[in-house]
Amino acid sequence: MAVYSEADAGLPFVAEADEAVLIGPAPAKDSYLNVESILAAAKRTGAEAIHPGYGFLAENAEFAARVIDTGLTWVGPSPGAIEQMGDKIRARNLMVAAGVPVAEGSSEPVADEDAAVALAARIGYPVMVKAAAGGGGIGMSAAADDQQLRAGFATARSRAERFFSSPAILLERYLPSARHVEVQILGLADGRVIALGERDCSVQRRHQKVAEETPSPGVDAGLRERMLAAAVKAGETVGYLGAGTVECLVDTTTGEFVFLEMNTRLQVEHPVTEMVTGIDLVEQQLRIAAGGDVTFDPAALQFSGCALELRVYAEDPVRFLPSPGTITQWHEPSGPGLRVDAGYTAGNTVTPYYDPLLAKLVVHGCDRAEALARAEAAVAGFSIAGLKTNLPFHADLLESAEFGSGDYDTSVVSKVLSKAGGTRGRNPG
Amino acid sequence: MAEIRAEMVANVWKVIVAQGDSVADGDTLVILESMKMEIPVLAEDSGTLIRLAVAEGDVIQEGDLIAVIE
Repeated sequence: MAVYSEADAGLPFVAEADEAVLIGPAPAKDSYLNVESILAAAKRTGAEAIHPGYGFLAENAEFAARVIDTGLTWVGPSPGAIEQMGDKIRARNLMVAAGVPVAEGSSEPVADEDAAVALAARIGYPVMVKAAAGGGGIGMSAAADDQQLRAGFATARSRAERFFSSPAILLERYLPSARHVEVQILGLADGRVIALGERDCSVQRRHQKVAEETPSPGVDAGLRERMLAAAVKAGETVGYLGAGTVECLVDTTTGEFVFLEMNTRLQVEHPVTEMVTGIDLVEQQLRIAAGGDVTFDPAALQFSGCALELRVYAEDPVRFLPSPGTITQWHEPSGPGLRVDAGYTAGNTVTPYYDPLLAKLVVHGCDRAEALARAEAAVAGFSIAGLKTNLPFHADLLESAEFGSGDYDTSVVSKVLSKAGGTRGRNPG
Repeated sequence: MAEIRAEMVANVWKVIVAQGDSVADGDTLVILESMKMEIPVLAEDSGTLIRLAVAEGDVIQEGDLIAVIE
């Protein structure tokens, strides 16, 4: 069973579902964030469980509690675990107590600009300003001095209030050169927490991921072992159940990692883990939620080859500005080791209401070189017309020396753009 | 006279300026929101904002007039 808004009535997932229930008009607050409407749809269709996906209410502890109170099964961790990890300051403090490394920063919300400046003097510039309840990079910025910090603090606070209904702001030491590496964990029904390897998500624009790969070319065996152990510890600290992700930063100068935050849900990029482990993570989520066993032996995990995901967004490939519109042509590539998870097809309209993700191109290869070659062929073979997509950016990324070498950090997107000679227009208006 | 038009379908989140204001090249006039992204619309000329064609909460289409600077 699926639920959908008026804006999404024509999309493939509605037609593919055994039953689809309209839950409201296009604005998310009236549909995908409308708890009453979703619970009513579950009741009407006789659903026994709710899988929250990876957006909207997926990390909303109140929603999880309502689902459970209604007598339904919540496919996810306990509301308590979501709440503890949902506040970045609280999560940092929990990790410190558990012995997991964190970057120097706030142990309580920063009261105002002056307090931020005082704290930054102790941490040392540059610092990162973030919304404690935030996500998706919204309101986040790095500051190199007091003036930038004051401006960043004001922006972060207004975004935090608007998007996350919480004014709490934190500061963290900013690492000038870092890789964003995350660990997939799975809390089993019997209480054990296991780690299913890492994903490198350093290819980002506006602090949002564009491409992910596993294993991370920047993580050696020793670091991997320490990161996975820390991620398991993080999960155990909150009694984690089901699929979750522990996000870390790896300092490319020291080779050490710090805990960044935990996402208490399935991630967009989970397919790369599935490609190298052969494990269907969503199936495990459902089995765990039903109190059952997983389909594999956690003591005998096998990792095979390399996998890469490219997020195909409806946005221009240079400035990354949104490009809603109607898709006039949609031709997906096919080939060995290739998986396309698509939400759209020809004739669909991409509306401005939600995230610009159109499809995920996921490739597997016996090694990184084969995965990259397959990715290049997949990008070349994907044709979408009617709106702008970032496919040309992916072609540039795969061709670039930085990404090709595997030796890159979170600045790789800007480097690829400047090499590709993108003429950066300044005004979208 | 410079007309500033929308490049995409968007929701008008914030209007920063008012009709009659003097604006400088690069000033933010309004902030649009589309696909979970905030998109500032900047003045491309210095001058007087002789017309502001949008209000907060409006849904605008590609090509719609946002403002006129003289």
